[in-house]
Amino acid sequence: MTRDEAFTQFLLRMGDNTLILGHRVSEWCGHAPVLEEDIALANTALDLIGQTQMWLGLAGEVQGEGKSADDIAFLRDVWDFRNLLLVEVPNGDFGRTLMRQCLFDAWHSIQLGHLMKSSDERVAAIAAKASKEVAYHLERSADTVVGLGDGTEESHRRMQEALDYLWPYVGEMFQSDDVDAEMVKAGIAPDPASLRADFDALIGRILTEATLTIPDSAFGHKGGRTGKMHTEHLGHLLTQMQWLQRAYPGAKW
Amino acid sequence: MSQTVDKPSVEQIWEWLDAVPDPEIPVISLVDLGIIRDVAWDGDTLEVAVTPTYSGCPATSVINMDIETALRDHGLDNIRLKTQIAPPWTTDWLSDKGRAKLEEYGIAPPQPAGGPEKCPHCGSKNVTLVSQFGSTPCKAHWRCQDCLEPFDYFKCI
Repeated sequence: MTRDEAFTQFLLRMGDNTLILGHRVSEWCGHAPVLEEDIALANTALDLIGQTQMWLGLAGEVQGEGKSADDIAFLRDVWDFRNLLLVEVPNGDFGRTLMRQCLFDAWHSIQLGHLMKSSDERVAAIAAKASKEVAYHLERSADTVVGLGDGTEESHRRMQEALDYLWPYVGEMFQSDDVDAEMVKAGIAPDPASLRADFDALIGRILTEATLTIPDSAFGHKGGRTGKMHTEHLGHLLTQMQWLQRAYPGAKW
Repeated sequence: MSQTVDKPSVEQIWEWLDAVPDPEIPVISLVDLGIIRDVAWDGDTLEVAVTPTYSGCPATSVINMDIETALRDHGLDNIRLKTQIAPPWTTDWLSDKGRAKLEEYGIAPPQPAGGPEKCPHCGSKNVTLVSQFGSTPCKAHWRCQDCLEPFDYFKCI
C-alpha cells in the first residue's frame, strides 16, 4: 500500500462516516417529536453532509482518478464504503438516535482536535472548519442524553436500552490497522487507539451525569471502516440515498 | 497591461460587494458577514475568495451566483470565484455595521459569552435557550422571558 492509497482510505473513512450519519440523521426530517428537534437534527445532518463534500472531495483529489465528491458518494456500492458500523445502524427511537450522535460526536470532536495539527494542511483546514460545527453537535447531543437519561422513568429506560444496543459498536472507532500506521508515520492522523482514554473520560462524564451505566462487555462489532463486513442496513440505506443515480445514471441538474 | 485603465479598483469592487445582500439575512451584506476574504486582480481576471459560514450551508451556491451577477451588472465578465476554507470563518469577522443591523432586524448578534446579551425586541436580559439550532445553520433559537417573544441568536463560532 502506497502512502497515497492509505491516505485515500483514511479520507474515505472520514467522509463516509459523515455521509452515512448525515443521511441517517436526515431521515428524521419532518418526523422528529417536536419542531425544534426536527430543525436541530436537519441542521446537524446539513453540517455533516457539508463536511462530507470536503473529505470526499479531497479523497478524489488524492486518489487522482478525476472523481468528484458526488461520484464517490453516489457511484459506489456497499463494499466500497469505509464508515463505522455505528453510523449505519437504523435510527431506532429519538433516544437511540441522540445516543448514537453523542457517542459519535465525542469521538469526532477528539479526532478533529488531532487532525487540526495534521502535517497535511488540507486535512488541517477541513478539521478546523468541521470542529467548530462539531462542538455544537456535541453540546446538544450531550445535553439531550443527560436530559433524557436523567429524565422520566421511561426516558431513562429507553436511553439505557439505546446505550446497551450501541455500546458494542464503539470499539471499532479505536481499532488501528495498516492504513492508520501509514497515516501516523506521515503525521497526517493520530493512531485511533490513542484516542480511547480521552473518549472514555469525556463519554464517562456525560453518561454519569445522565445516570446511565456503561455495559460491562468488551465485545465489539467490526468490519465497517475496513469495508470487510458492513451490516445489512447499509445496502438498504444506499438504495434510498443513491436512488436517483441508480435509476438515471449520470443525471445532472 | 494595456487594459489597466479599464479595470475598476479593488476598493470599488469591495464597495459593490458591500451592496450584495446575504440571501438568508438580507439586511446585512456579504461583506458585513465577513465571508468575502479577498478581492484581487490576476491579470485581467478578477479573483474573489469566498469562505462558507457553515460547511453545509445551502446558501453558499446562491451567494456565489449573487456575487457573479452583481459583478457582471457592473460590467465585469472575467470573474473567478475561489472557495477558501482556511482560516475558518468566525463571527469575529462580522462588521460592526452588520452587528447593528442584525439587532435592528430582530436577530441577536453573537457574543463571546456564548449567548445573546439581550432580547433584540425589548432589551431584557432575561432570556433563555430553546434550541442550539435555529432557522439556519448559523443561528440558535432563544426566547425572551419578559416580552415572551422568540428570537434568533447568531451563534458565536
